[in-house]
Amino acid sequence: MNYFVNEKGYYGDFGGAYIPEMLYPNVEELRQNYLKIIGDAEFQKEFHALLKDYVGRPSPLYLAKRLSEKYNANIFLKREDLNHTGAHKINNTIGQILLAEKLGKKRIIAETGAGQHGVATATVCALRGLECVVYMGEIDIQRQAPNVARMKMLGAKVVSAVSGSKTLKDATNEAMRDWINNPVDTHYIIGSVVGPHPYPDMVSIFQSIISEETKKQLIEQTGNDQPDYVLACVGGGSNAMGMFYHFINDENVRLIAIEAGGKGVDTGFSAATTFLGKEGVLHGSRSILMQTADGQVVEPHSVSAGLDYPGIGPQHAHLFKTTRAEYVSITDDEALDAGLLCTQLEGIIPAIESAHALAHLEKMKFKGGQNVVVCLSGRGDKDMDTYMKHFGF
Amino acid sequence: MNRINKIFKEKKNNILSIYYTAGYPGLGDTVAIAAALEKAGADMLEIGFPYSDPVADGPVIQASSKLSLDQGMDLNLLFEQLKELRKTVTIPVLLMGYVNPVLQYGVERFCKACAEVGVDGCIVPDLPMVEYEEFYKDVFLQYGLSNIFLVTPQTSVERIHKIDSLSNGFIYLLSSSATTGQNLQVSDTTEAYFSRIADLKLNNPTMIGFGISSKETFDKACKYANGGIIGTAFVKSIAAGNLEENIEAFMTKFTS
Repeated sequence: MNYFVNEKGYYGDFGGAYIPEMLYPNVEELRQNYLKIIGDAEFQKEFHALLKDYVGRPSPLYLAKRLSEKYNANIFLKREDLNHTGAHKINNTIGQILLAEKLGKKRIIAETGAGQHGVATATVCALRGLECVVYMGEIDIQRQAPNVARMKMLGAKVVSAVSGSKTLKDATNEAMRDWINNPVDTHYIIGSVVGPHPYPDMVSIFQSIISEETKKQLIEQTGNDQPDYVLACVGGGSNAMGMFYHFINDENVRLIAIEAGGKGVDTGFSAATTFLGKEGVLHGSRSILMQTADGQVVEPHSVSAGLDYPGIGPQHAHLFKTTRAEYVSITDDEALDAGLLCTQLEGIIPAIESAHALAHLEKMKFKGGQNVVVCLSGRGDKDMDTYMKHFGF
Repeated sequence: MNRINKIFKEKKNNILSIYYTAGYPGLGDTVAIAAALEKAGADMLEIGFPYSDPVADGPVIQASSKLSLDQGMDLNLLFEQLKELRKTVTIPVLLMGYVNPVLQYGVERFCKACAEVGVDGCIVPDLPMVEYEEFYKDVFLQYGLSNIFLVTPQTSVERIHKIDSLSNGFIYLLSSSATTGQNLQVSDTTEAYFSRIADLKLNNPTMIGFGISSKETFDKACKYANGGIIGTAFVKSIAAGNLEENIEAFMTKFTS
């Protein structure tokens, strides 16, 4: 079974490039060049130097002793929260900004939901001196004021997306419209493994550093690069794809993707895409998305803005359909409780996104000695408001 | 021969096509607008079926789509309205919209419904050419539907020829790479692009769209193509007030 993209830009039934003709030249330029550029030795050298000296990689693989005791397994946390800007998002923006430079682009656009990808994009634009415009839903701008301020301080222009439901999917629409209207000098840095081919593949390649490092670290720490389980949360799915990437062909490693169940899968306030979605086309690729019977995209709900997206990347849809990975859901409350538990047992405040992955440990049965890797995709500083309100600190 | 091929055979030039969003401004206005447009001299109609995430559209058509959806428009209702529409309207009718609602409705079922209610063609901007060729073309042809492709100033000559070979109605030339509703700036580069296309001697007729809002820009379009398509400017003009009066006043600017 091939779990990766084929020469037509598909993962099984999913993927492709469903884009209007106005975007074709941009996307085609990327498609023709991305593998060549990324594979170039000089590019790799520059990319890895920045990951090391600027981002702070490799991120530690930490054996969380007290969580391990509690769950009767060896729980390893892949500490993406320790990256510069506080999450895995920067792995992708570093890669894409270097690629944009190679393509001769002068202007960068991006979409953002909670603002993490927006901050990571504004950061690399400041680093490389490129113009940066970030689209963000009007409602998210109100909810995430500190990240809006960060982007502005970094020199980015934050544009409010006032169309549709005024959240992440609409910010993505606005970024695509910007790209249509600026077809020559602009590169669109998509923040997740979504969008038309080659974006899902390109973003997963940049994020695959997560599992590449994890394998090496597992050998050092356990003598075996194949754990029993690998867990990661999924919104669009970029940290999960980076965490799964080098384990996908290790068929005895069980991959578990944790979706945001919101207030409960059947409550009408959920972002559990594989439970509630159907196959269709969103943001340029064929995948699974939450939609009405008439094919209109449904607005999801999650306490965590980073998981509040109505679709999943096409490779996730393929891993789901082929059952290579297992897709489960965790509610808002379960995630918040797991965030608190991790904080009090390990002294690590996780992002609420990552807390979804931690929460699934509670539902698993371990028989002692099993190795479990959980991607701690981001830190929880940005979520203090939500934690405070929920727990009354 | 469907009505699209017929009009290009009979009229050849100055063909005026009007886009409007189904179910806007009132959910039930779809039929009345078509009738008024035909009466006022439109040669062809492009009726938009709304989608929640219309990435190729500017603010005006986005807003009309959202209102239409909020009022309850869906493809089932639209096909009922179109059945009614064809009782009086005789000019070609195209449906324009995004691929996901078509997928959910079912591609074959969609094409069959189009044929049954007298729709002559479709414009689905986010349906890629390779997908069309592989999975949709046979069904479209089976039901006598024209599929209309877009061409922008950035589209390569090789690709334009490929599009020409797959087209069976007309080719939709975008005045610039832009979302709908930008004003057409007829610069030297735009004119050079239009005449470059004219020089290719394509098999299919061409229509220029995106940004036509005045008689002057419409005439410019007709100089290089078989006609022009007006969307945003028309949708704006019917937002408020008396529908028939607005349509008559709008159309007088182009037909007088």
